[in-house]
Amino acid sequence: MILTKEQQAILDGEKGETLAKVMKTLVMYGDAFEAEKLVPVTSKYNHLVTSFGLKVMAPVYDLMQQLLDAGVASEQKFSVDPRPLDKNVPANILQKLVFNKFMYTKQGFYEEQLEKLGLMDKDAFSCTCYMDEVGNKPKKGDVLSWAESSAVVYANSVLGARCNRNSGIIDIMGSIVGYVPYFGLLTDEGRKATWIVKVQTKKKPEAQLLGSAIGMKVMEDVPYVIGLDEWIGTELDDAACAYLKDFGAATASNGAVGLYHIDNLTPEAKEMGKALIAEGAKEYIIDDAELERVQKSYPVVWKNPDATPKLCFVGCPHLSLEQLKDWTDKIEQALKQSGAKKVCIPTVFTAAPKVLEAFEKTEYAARLKATGVITSYICPLMYMNNPFCKKMPVITSSNKLRTYTSARYYTDGEILNAITKGGK
Amino acid sequence: MKQFQGRVVTPGEVTAEALVTREGFNTLASFQMALQFGDKEVKCGDQNNHDLHGKPMIGKALCLPQTIGSTTGGLVLYCACAMQKNPACMLFANHIDSLAAAGAILADVWVDGVSMPVVDSLGDEFLDYVKDGMKITVKAGGVVEVE
Repeated sequence: MILTKEQQAILDGEKGETLAKVMKTLVMYGDAFEAEKLVPVTSKYNHLVTSFGLKVMAPVYDLMQQLLDAGVASEQKFSVDPRPLDKNVPANILQKLVFNKFMYTKQGFYEEQLEKLGLMDKDAFSCTCYMDEVGNKPKKGDVLSWAESSAVVYANSVLGARCNRNSGIIDIMGSIVGYVPYFGLLTDEGRKATWIVKVQTKKKPEAQLLGSAIGMKVMEDVPYVIGLDEWIGTELDDAACAYLKDFGAATASNGAVGLYHIDNLTPEAKEMGKALIAEGAKEYIIDDAELERVQKSYPVVWKNPDATPKLCFVGCPHLSLEQLKDWTDKIEQALKQSGAKKVCIPTVFTAAPKVLEAFEKTEYAARLKATGVITSYICPLMYMNNPFCKKMPVITSSNKLRTYTSARYYTDGEILNAITKGGK
Repeated sequence: MKQFQGRVVTPGEVTAEALVTREGFNTLASFQMALQFGDKEVKCGDQNNHDLHGKPMIGKALCLPQTIGSTTGGLVLYCACAMQKNPACMLFANHIDSLAAAGAILADVWVDGVSMPVVDSLGDEFLDYVKDGMKITVKAGGVVEVE
């Protein structure tokens, strides 16, 4: 890798031993991918994936302390993934004991570290940092040092920013030195599609299911999706962005997709069209039968597959303001049809603290509360990591949550049916 | 004995018993429970990995195609090394992925007294040949001997 004089000086220790180690980490990381150079990080803010004060992650907090002690904090402020705990989310005594005494015992300590390292503000905890209400929305062409997979794929695909699927810790290190290695999704070549996905469904495909199918097929490759604009339009309005948020999170977690292009919709596809497709790209056709096959292929890991769900999570990744409003309307209508007043399964809708704050200012908030749905800023994944939560029959419309935990996936329609009518 | 040539990601030489998966290795799912609840053998907790689930990983020569899963994977691997609960080495048939590379490099640069050599690009033939329990020797320059 060719370094500039400034970069070489940092590597040689002219700005201290700790910063030299940070630079060495990034140079070795770049070398692993044959990167020729480091390029400047240009986004206004950074975003970190590590938001949890998990006792077992002590080496991470030790490393953060080394950075703080050496005074090498980033000039960029940052948002971070969601907090793991919220007392509003139902938990029994055993679950609470494990959360508070065994799992997240370092939460307060770690949040203090984050504040010293440059946290945007005390509410900047969300995987959807790019929501207008949160305020960490990169511009097209910005180079990022992010790691959260659902945010990386959204920033690359919907916003046209450039970021690799980095690991936690690498995210803060790139931000500290202000450079990231130039390879993969940072390059024009790396952003070319090596898969053509043709959507040939007869109804609007479920975002989380379509993303899952594509992720499992293309793994870490870049897909160019044709035919989806017929269902979600050719403008990146609130509904299309919310759809792509959920779709992208599923491609990133069920596979390892860091960038997708949607024909006639996402910024690079609108600019370059099919010129984005690499020579020899493979083809994957998706129809309703294929989506049904994919959904049926998910293993049910509940001890009793016929158990009555005890909890429902919607909002992984976090919901947008419009999604919260839309769900409120749908739940009210469904409850009216079933003659019930409240949801029959404890249900938690998760969103960024700032999105929830905005939601509270609307008339929808009281209406949703009246249906019995709880809102929270929690990360459902971190809740489900508790061994006593793992044993519980939990349902979700998140394919990311399904992938990493014992939660069972239902489509949005099936979830609505389950929480309002008790059906599947 | 058969010799394979790969590429050095993090340096080191070691001899250990092979532990093989032909499926993607989910770092978070594999290590999470073992690290969290102090499993001395560091048994693989990934119920979706048919090759490894329940098998001890500490001190083994972990042979795999690539890692998959959460982007916390790199820091989980770093933590495993810092807690000295890591495999003896990691040997990738494919080009290493960004998460495993990050974890291995973070451990190499930031953890004193722990060496976990990582070699990638060993090829499909490597994974076809190697079996659980075989003796693996990682030598300088990305040379891996299997017997």
